[in-house]
Amino acid sequence: MTRISPVGATLAVSGVDKTFTMHLQDGKQLPVLRGVSFDVHAGECVVLGGTSGAGKSSILKMVYGNYAADRGSVVVNVGEPVDIAAADPRQVLAARREAMGYVSQFLRCVPRVPAIHVVAEPLVERGVSIDEALDRAAALLTRLAIPARLWSLPPATFSGGEQQRVNIARGFITELPLLLLDEPTASLDARNRDVVVELIADKRARGVAMLGIFHDAEVRERVADRVIDVELFAPVLEATA
Amino acid sequence: MSTALPGYNVGYLDEQTKRMIRRALLKAVAIPGFQVPFASREVPMPRGWGTGGVQVTASIIGGDDVLKVIDQGADDTTNAVSIRSFFAKVTGASTTTCTEDATIIQTRHRIPEAVLREGQIMVYQVPIPEPLRFLEPREAETRRMHALEEYGLIYVKLYEDIAKYGHIATTYAYPVMVNGRYLMDPSPTPSFDNPKLHQSPALHLYGAGREKRIYAVPPYTDVVSLGFEDHPFEPQRFEQPCAVCGSTGVYLDEIITDDAGGVMYACSDTDHCERAAALASAHIDDLEEARA
Amino acid sequence: MTLEQLHFEPDRRPLLEVRGAGHSYGERYGCRDVSFELWPGEVLAVVGESGSGKSTLLGMLSQRLKLSEGSVRYRLGDGDVVELSELSESRVRRLWRTEWGFVHQNAADGLRMHVSAGGNVGEPLMATGWRHYGKIRAAAAEWLARVEIPADRIDDAPATFSGGMRQRLQIARNLVVSPRLVFMDEPTSGLDVSVQARLLDLIRSLVAELGLAVVIVTHDLAVARLISHRTLVMKDGRVVESGLTDRVLDDPQAAYTQLLVSSILQG
Repeated sequence: MTRISPVGATLAVSGVDKTFTMHLQDGKQLPVLRGVSFDVHAGECVVLGGTSGAGKSSILKMVYGNYAADRGSVVVNVGEPVDIAAADPRQVLAARREAMGYVSQFLRCVPRVPAIHVVAEPLVERGVSIDEALDRAAALLTRLAIPARLWSLPPATFSGGEQQRVNIARGFITELPLLLLDEPTASLDARNRDVVVELIADKRARGVAMLGIFHDAEVRERVADRVIDVELFAPVLEATA
Repeated sequence: MSTALPGYNVGYLDEQTKRMIRRALLKAVAIPGFQVPFASREVPMPRGWGTGGVQVTASIIGGDDVLKVIDQGADDTTNAVSIRSFFAKVTGASTTTCTEDATIIQTRHRIPEAVLREGQIMVYQVPIPEPLRFLEPREAETRRMHALEEYGLIYVKLYEDIAKYGHIATTYAYPVMVNGRYLMDPSPTPSFDNPKLHQSPALHLYGAGREKRIYAVPPYTDVVSLGFEDHPFEPQRFEQPCAVCGSTGVYLDEIITDDAGGVMYACSDTDHCERAAALASAHIDDLEEARA
Repeated sequence: MTLEQLHFEPDRRPLLEVRGAGHSYGERYGCRDVSFELWPGEVLAVVGESGSGKSTLLGMLSQRLKLSEGSVRYRLGDGDVVELSELSESRVRRLWRTEWGFVHQNAADGLRMHVSAGGNVGEPLMATGWRHYGKIRAAAAEWLARVEIPADRIDDAPATFSGGMRQRLQIARNLVVSPRLVFMDEPTSGLDVSVQARLLDLIRSLVAELGLAVVIVTHDLAVARLISHRTLVMKDGRVVESGLTDRVLDDPQAAYTQLLVSSILQG
């Protein structure tokens, strides 16, 4: 497993602003976040709270690097610390490979690739042998109640719930020090929600730092060590003329 | 010695043209296998009928030369007879059908069976001088390939043969490397004759009239026929002897003898065949005489 | 790590370093002020509409078009870094035979349409000195299998192939010599949607497996998203935005990129 730095937070977000500039609407400025600052430590699950549209998802995406931050820093402290907000694409990709995983809301289906390979791929990309990766993928798919007869089929043909579970398996299969969870339990039934809660507990026990969004209050209650109210970072609306 | 036809310059071509062609020939000899462009002229025969060879012969022939012309291997076909009499008329040089006696041998397909000697010049009539042409139609690109010695493409041709027929089925215009540097098309000579080019004591000159190219293999030059490690070059072989003279190890033509599909195989080199047949019958005469 | 891997120094320097590069057609610039680095194993997508200069950029990088200004430096297989525009024609052509590939939009531009599939894949091997028919044929057969062309088509000419098969054959012909850098010009456009998906998946897995560096020109943002790490967005011959592909597509900054992204049909 990748080294986790013994001191300091695994993720340190500091003074981050985010404004969207809508060029297609005459350059309209849409300020979303101001002065976002928080830490996530190893072995802790921090949940972003707040109303819809408060910018929870934007924070997650700025940490992962698929949204740009206007200012501030997003430091991932694994091995050599990397400021995702300032890093070049290559460094961001390296941080994703070595340090952080992302469980998105939807599976972005790769055409023609069988489900079990979709799940195993993140391990293979990180140098795990194909046999071991497939074994671990099979174990996770079983745990998430995806019937074995579906494993060799491309997930594009699956139901929404099945796709989401394949996605979760893919997101949880790696052993990375930081895991970003973007509503992983949305559209799951109670049984599978429980499995995800268990998976999160396992990760926590193994010292993984997690940052997540959970709309389901019950799940949030069960997984969160801390909840950060994103509305604290709402921009002060300046009176417009 | 007879004299040239009045009203014509010796060799039919004007002196300036002959000098231009000789310069191209010198360059060709200096760079064995390299195709030298030249300003091909009109001669009194259609292009594609040997106008390149005729221009080369016209530029090198002198009053004391002895010219032999063959088409396939024969001295007596229409084209060979016409070209021979053309040169007899416009140069006054003597002509022959005997390979040993000739100083210049103009040919369309064959290299004679008799071993060539120093001082003899073979002149070939070439239809398409560029061995890469069928695979790469762009002239600028094939020139660049020659310049940079990029000859992988020619092996594609051989590969295709083996893939299709199980062996290299190219039996004429079989590509060769000359002097370890230039890829050359020995033009429509059968692959049977390819080995005769290697370290030949004679000078070999190639003229392509329509394509306006001249190239050469000087005496004692390495000429290697291409092949793969596991499918090396193999010249054609003939199982049977010549039905006329009994020679073996010579290039045979298939001759249809009747309407029922009957065939016989006889030497394509008519001069060789006549001599071998005469020798054989002389031998039989000797035997009969001895018995009598 | 094997000894073999220890020999080459991976990633110490980029494979391609482009600084202020431009190509002009007379008075007018086809592309200008282009700067980026490409590292081994990286896939760079160049997106934009037709006429945006992306194909000119590809031509300039691959030395098919002359560099009018700026610099394009390439790290050779032996480690030396060279300014590409200073290389002799024969060295550039040697790069084409040994280190580079080019996948054309129109397969007929990248294949010999009347030479068999096996001959098409075998040609680059023969061009680099392979002279054993059996080995050439075995390598060609292996590559045809990798690009999912049935073994019994090895002696058929691509003139008899479907569009998707031709493109896969072109890819095999390019990858058979294990290039380090592959240029692709709209490799999937002109194909049916289902055929596109199959081809993209194939490109994506081969690129990952072989650790290729790729510059791929496409007008299709979905193609960029699926196979590239980084994206350059071009408009009127200039790069208007560049960065991590998902960053460029999820959070486009430039007005033009926002327009492009908002024009995608949602599948």
